[in-house]
Amino acid sequence: MLSPVILIPAILNGLLTGAIYALVALGLTLIYGVLHIINFAHGALLSAAMFAAFFAYHQLGLDPYLAAFLLAPAFFAFGYALQRFVIGPASHGNDRNMLLVTLGIAIVIENALLYAFRADTRTIDVPYAFQTVDFGFTFLALPRVVGFAAAFVVALLLWLIMGWTDIGKAIRAVAKEKLGAELVGIDVAHVYAMTFGLGTACVAVAACLLIPTYYVNPNVGNAFILVAFTIVVLGGMGSVPGALIGGLIIGVVESLSGLFLGESLGQIGIFLIFIAVLLVRPSGLFGAKT
Amino acid sequence: MKGLLPIAIVVVVLASVPLIVHSNVVLNFLVVTLLIALAGQGWNILGGYGGQYSFGHAAFFGTGAYVTGVLQVRFGVNAWVGFAAGIAGAAAVGAFIGGLVFRARLRGSYFALVTLAFAEVLRIVASVAPITGAGVGTLIKLDLHARSFQFESRAVFYWVILALVAVSLVIAEMLERSRFGAWLIAVRENEYAAMALGVDVSLVKLGAMVLSAAITGAAGCFYAQYFLFIDAGIAYGTWISIEALLTPIIGGVGTVFGPLLGALVVKAFGESAKLITGDAPGLDLIAYGSALVLVIAFAPRGVIGAVADARNWVIRRSMAVRSLPREASRG
Repeated sequence: MLSPVILIPAILNGLLTGAIYALVALGLTLIYGVLHIINFAHGALLSAAMFAAFFAYHQLGLDPYLAAFLLAPAFFAFGYALQRFVIGPASHGNDRNMLLVTLGIAIVIENALLYAFRADTRTIDVPYAFQTVDFGFTFLALPRVVGFAAAFVVALLLWLIMGWTDIGKAIRAVAKEKLGAELVGIDVAHVYAMTFGLGTACVAVAACLLIPTYYVNPNVGNAFILVAFTIVVLGGMGSVPGALIGGLIIGVVESLSGLFLGESLGQIGIFLIFIAVLLVRPSGLFGAKT
Repeated sequence: MKGLLPIAIVVVVLASVPLIVHSNVVLNFLVVTLLIALAGQGWNILGGYGGQYSFGHAAFFGTGAYVTGVLQVRFGVNAWVGFAAGIAGAAAVGAFIGGLVFRARLRGSYFALVTLAFAEVLRIVASVAPITGAGVGTLIKLDLHARSFQFESRAVFYWVILALVAVSLVIAEMLERSRFGAWLIAVRENEYAAMALGVDVSLVKLGAMVLSAAITGAAGCFYAQYFLFIDAGIAYGTWISIEALLTPIIGGVGTVFGPLLGALVVKAFGESAKLITGDAPGLDLIAYGSALVLVIAFAPRGVIGAVADARNWVIRRSMAVRSLPREASRG
């Protein structure tokens, strides 16, 4: 048995990473809950946001945590436009087409980044990258603690938006009963685009929280997106608390399986959970049975 | 058989190309195009006729390639036997994944996701397992003899892949006319209605998946023999999953000639994008991605559908012109 001195930090670090995974998954699950499609462009959007955060720091000297306040609205607008003017009109309201259109957008964004910035892996050095916070019984890296807290703040904000604003009510109405929502005068195309925008804004925040401790290259999003798919499926497609708890679970699983099995096999562990959940209980932990 | 005539014509025309063109560059381009067309026809059987959009056909392509390669390199099996085993191996993987997935009634987004996940699991396994050569990959020994399924002339390779494509075209044509094909299309159009009519939906989907996997697997087997090298990123990479679905969608999803036409368009498009802008990384893929979005937006039935629409429009126009005076006199 491993001593608690190793085990407890591994679990805590897993929880911290899991919170950021959860943030990526939150955007994905939100979009799935309303549009009923998997957004395959989510990973590419994360890569794009990480590049934006990278250049904000590198060219403008903007701290990534401050850049989040700039990038979240910018990516919200981008996501809104993407759904409103590209995905929506192009897919003619057909789910299969929508899947393919998001895949096409993913290919375009990823390769546009590759074309513009080449495959080089880049990092930024913020002064606090290696600072730690003393919790008495263990030390944790400062950027991860910030990321953890911020992920919960974003989730709380999202919960407030969904629960207490008009647009939140409209989003929930469309998610439940699209035709009924249309009949009472809700502009469904606008709601779809708002949802897509909110999901994309989540990705932008996640990118800003990741960039201080992570690298960026045109494919970086793929590493997260498959994890995010797993979380979304585990937590139940469309469920916000499911995404949060699923994220934390997957973070801990990854950290522990990395500890016991090594890096590459730890990755397989996540996929096997993913396939097993899909086969045994596709509605996930918190999803309604369909 | 009425439908076999166009196939015969297309195949004969394509088969005569090496007699006229001797450029290795052109032949190489056509071999790769036909390879993609074959992989795409595999996807088309399941996705086009069955409506099950797989995002992980690399699982079958890679299995075909690895079985062919590994049997030769590690077990000294004859290349032709390895080729057949590769197709069988891909079909077996299709049966395994299909059995699990369709039993769990996964459709739409879920189906796309789970196929993607299976391909990724196989990729990771292939990149660490010693039998596949792990990170180094599998190199098939050069032995330019017909008994080793290796040919000195590109033209022979070209005719081999063309023969495989011809078989896949005939399979698609026969599928369209068969009872099984009718069931499959019924499942695509409305699963519940098909079920109500007594179609065993899971079994039909499973059959389509196995056939689909075998065809895409054959493309993988050919890849291994043609390039004599595979690694996890090539065999199980997302590139082939994307190209396998891109070609039928661009050409005309759920049609016999869609994948072949799509492969020609996509490859010509990709190559000219490279020619115009230099060999910058990513540009051909930007072109593919945009083409995917544009085709779905403006020609959801692909090139074949767009051509048919244009023809109908011309016919309707000329009919309208001809019938105009009669309408007027009757009024």
